[in-house]
Amino acid sequence: MSSSDLISIQLNGENRSFEGPLTLLELIETLGLKPNKVAVERNMEIVPRSTLADVQCADGDALEIVHFVGGG
Amino acid sequence: MTDSWSVAGRTFNSRLIVGTGKYKDFEQNAAALEASGAQIVTVAVRRVNVSDPSAPMLTDYIDPKKITYLPNTAGCFTGDEAIRTLRLAREAGGWDLVKLEVLGEAKTLYPDMRETLKATEILAKEGFLPMVYCADDPIAAKQLEDAGAVAIMPLGAPIGSGLGLQNKVMIRLIVEGAKVPVLVDAGVGTASDASVAMELGCDGVLMNTAIAEAKDPVMMAGAMKLAVQSGRAAYLAGRMGRRQYADPSSPLAGLI
Repeated sequence: MSSSDLISIQLNGENRSFEGPLTLLELIETLGLKPNKVAVERNMEIVPRSTLADVQCADGDALEIVHFVGGG
Repeated sequence: MTDSWSVAGRTFNSRLIVGTGKYKDFEQNAAALEASGAQIVTVAVRRVNVSDPSAPMLTDYIDPKKITYLPNTAGCFTGDEAIRTLRLAREAGGWDLVKLEVLGEAKTLYPDMRETLKATEILAKEGFLPMVYCADDPIAAKQLEDAGAVAIMPLGAPIGSGLGLQNKVMIRLIVEGAKVPVLVDAGVGTASDASVAMELGCDGVLMNTAIAEAKDPVMMAGAMKLAVQSGRAAYLAGRMGRRQYADPSSPLAGLI
């Protein structure tokens, strides 16, 4: 695999590399997460769940993947 | 007696809203929720743990189809952070009923009302239904209502302090002036505090630490349920007037 296949992403504040091309849905599944339980923000913009399969991860993307936790 | 209340067109029978933080584990949290009878829980929005995706999740223990999740903005110190958090929450859960809190400083966790008011306006324009944590200020409460708050939620004492209602006069003034539900959010330490809030005419009470940090959280959750019901009943019954001096309960006539 050549280095051009690797996509560098800032994922929840950490620098990570993934083999591309990769959609957001594929990324979520690669991480072992359930798409229906998370929300994704890409470069400060919400990505609607219905479009996760259509959005390609791009080199340098900043992604936030969040879910609900206990809180008051 | 059914004694329901409504917020933004949604009707609930329980006037107690409970948090889901600080519990020993999810089992205890779920058991306390059951004992409390609450129909709404507050939840926080946080980054998923990408290194341990199989970790148990809140939604595995508290079913969002049965219990209304109220996403909060705890930990946000600007309106922008809070709005960003709630946009994510809406995408994650699909809920537009949210709890807005914009904190002013870490020491007191007192709300920053300027940021809170700005964020309320923006959220309302974006179709959110914000229930708003706020200062015990009757004027700020009216401004929030005008800005689109669907519920006013003044603190009774600092978050997590358990000091009980320090501001009964202000809470009463807010209740009297509000056209939307008023809930005391924060400050309750024990059951009598919840009753006091309800006796003042509040529509409900929101609490987390008072239950989660009790020695027996499940038993305390049950106590809070009763306290809210009892305070509400006392409010509806209408308390006696206050007198400065004694007034005997037994008749004076016929004394030997």
